[in-house]
Amino acid sequence: MTANAAIVDEALTAIERTPRMRALRDTWLIFRRSVVLTIRQPVWILFGIMYPVLYLVLFGPLLDKAVGQAGGGVSAYNWFVPGLLIQVALFGSAFVGFGLIAELRYGVVERMRVTPMSRFAMLLGRSLRDVFLLVLQAVLMIALAIPFGLHLNLAGVVVTLGLMALIGLVMAPLSYSAALALKSEDAFAPLVQGIVMPLLLLSGILLPMALAPDWLRFLSSINPLTHAVDAARALFNGDWGNPEIALGVGLTTALAIGAVWIASRAFSRANA
Amino acid sequence: MTSPTPIRGTMIGTTDLRRTFKTRGGSVEAVAGVDLHVEAGEIFGFLGPNGAGKTTTLRMLATLITPTAGEATVAGADLRRQPQLVRQRIGYVPQGGSTDPAETGRGELVLQGRLYGMTKGAAEARAAEVLATLDLEAAADRGTGTYSGGMRRRLDVGLGIVHQPQVLFLDEPTTGLDPQARARMWQEIERLRELGTTVFLTTHYLEEADALCDRLAIIDLGRIVAEGTSDQLKQRVAGDVVTIGVDGAAASVLSLVESLPFVREASHDAEGGLVRLYVDRGETAVPHLLRSLDAAGLAPTSIALNKPSLDDVFLRQTGRSLREEAA
Repeated sequence: MTANAAIVDEALTAIERTPRMRALRDTWLIFRRSVVLTIRQPVWILFGIMYPVLYLVLFGPLLDKAVGQAGGGVSAYNWFVPGLLIQVALFGSAFVGFGLIAELRYGVVERMRVTPMSRFAMLLGRSLRDVFLLVLQAVLMIALAIPFGLHLNLAGVVVTLGLMALIGLVMAPLSYSAALALKSEDAFAPLVQGIVMPLLLLSGILLPMALAPDWLRFLSSINPLTHAVDAARALFNGDWGNPEIALGVGLTTALAIGAVWIASRAFSRANA
Repeated sequence: MTSPTPIRGTMIGTTDLRRTFKTRGGSVEAVAGVDLHVEAGEIFGFLGPNGAGKTTTLRMLATLITPTAGEATVAGADLRRQPQLVRQRIGYVPQGGSTDPAETGRGELVLQGRLYGMTKGAAEARAAEVLATLDLEAAADRGTGTYSGGMRRRLDVGLGIVHQPQVLFLDEPTTGLDPQARARMWQEIERLRELGTTVFLTTHYLEEADALCDRLAIIDLGRIVAEGTSDQLKQRVAGDVVTIGVDGAAASVLSLVESLPFVREASHDAEGGLVRLYVDRGETAVPHLLRSLDAAGLAPTSIALNKPSLDDVFLRQTGRSLREEAA
C-alpha cells in the first residue's frame, strides 16, 4: 500500500468510526454548496421577491370583503398572510426536484455517489437549502405585509416559520424522491402539478373553507395542509388555545419524518 | 503532486461478473460473465462497440450499480462487502460530465476534496495543485458552463484524482473531443500512470486503445472476446489483411480467392463492395491475387494491403467491424 493510500484510509477509518459526524459534515457541505449555487442565479432572487409581492398587492385587496364575511372577524391580512406563507412553503419545496433532475443530467449526483460521502447528506443538505430559502422568503413577505395592516404576534410568527420548515421537510424529500425515480422534467412536472394543485385548492389558503359545501369541506378536512393553514392562522392571531395548532404541527412533523425516511432510502438505493 | 511508489500486484480482479437489467420485454444480460485482471500501474483499455457492456462493467466496479452475480476486488477491497473502502480508493470520471455549470472549477474541486474527507485547507491546496497540473488555473474561478469541451473534460479528470486514488476509472474520456483536446487528454492519462495511478478506461476508438493502453480487453455483447496487449491481440489474427474493392461482384471474387492455397480466410462485407482476406505474406500474395482475378475476368476497383489492426481482431472475434459500429 502506498503512503498516500495509507493516509486516505486512515482518514476513512476516522470517519467510519463516526458515521454520524460524517453525515453532519457532509450535510453542511451540500447545504452550503446548494445555497451558493441557488443564489448565484439572479432569476431565483427575482421570483423569490416578486411572488410574495404580487400576491400581497394584486390578490390581497380582493380578500378584504370576502374574509370580512367568512374569515371569523379577523383582519383580512391576518387571515390571508398565514395561508400565503403555507403556500410559499408548499411551492418552495414541491418543485425542487427540477433542480435535482438538472444535477442528475450534469452528472453531479453520480460524481458524488462515487465518493464515500453520506447518502443521507445528499438528501438533507439539499432539503435544508430549500427550507432555508423558503423561510427567508417568508420573513421577507411578512415584512412587506406589515404596511398592509398585518398585526404580528412574534411568538406565533416564529412557530409558523418552524411549521413552514416542517412542510419543506415533507415536500422537498418527496419531490427529490420523485425526481430520482422519474429523471425527466416531462414526467416530473405533471406529477407535481397534479399533487400540488388539489392540495392547494383544498387547503383553504385562497378562500375560506367556511364558504364551501359540505362534501368539499370534508375533502378539505382530510388534507393535512388544511390543518397547517389553520394552525398558522391561529398562531398569527396568538390564539394559543386553538387545538388546530397541535394538530397541524403534529401532523406535519409526522409526515416530515416519514418523507425524510422514504427519501433517504431512495437516495441510498438509487441505481441511477 | 507527490509520487507514490508504484504498487505491484492486482489492482482489479473480477470473477464471472454479471449484471442483468429488467426491461419490459424480459431481462437483458448487459454483462454476461466478465473475468478481468488489471495489474497495478497499467493503463487498461476496455474496447467495444456502444452497448457492449463497457459502461455497465465500469459502473459496477465503481460501486454505482451492484452486480447481479460474481465477485470483484478493486484496489484491495471487496466490491460487495467493502464498497465504502472501494469508494475511498478509486476515482471515477463519468461519460457525460460531472460538473455544475454555475459552480467554478475551483469550487467543484474543493468540495470534492472535502467529500473525500479532507480539511478545508488541504482541499484548497490540493485543488490549486490539480488546477495547475491540468492547466486550468486561468479558468479556475469561472463557472464551468463557460469552459470548452476539452477544459471541462480535464476538470472532470481533476475531480477524479483530487484524493489521489489508486485506480482511476475513465468512461470514454475522449468522446466528443477535437483531435487536439484528445491528444492533450492522452498526455494527462499517461502522466497519471507515471505517477503510479492505475487507469482503467473504456473506449470505442481503436486508435485510442492502440496508442494509449498497455493492455486491453475487447468486449462484445457483455462478454470478453479477447484480452492482452495490442500486439498480442494482433498476432492472433496471424498474417496480413488484403482488402479488395469489387464493385458488386463480391460473391464470385470470394469464391475465387477462397480457392487460392495461400488465402487463410476470406469474407465480404455486408454491402458486398469489399472482400477481405487474410494471407501469410501480403507482399507476395497481392501479385498472385491480381493475376488470378484477371484470369477469371474479374476487375478489382481497388486493392489494399494492411498489417492487422484491432478492428481486424474485433472482426475475427465477432464477425462485425468496430469501425462500422462506431460510425
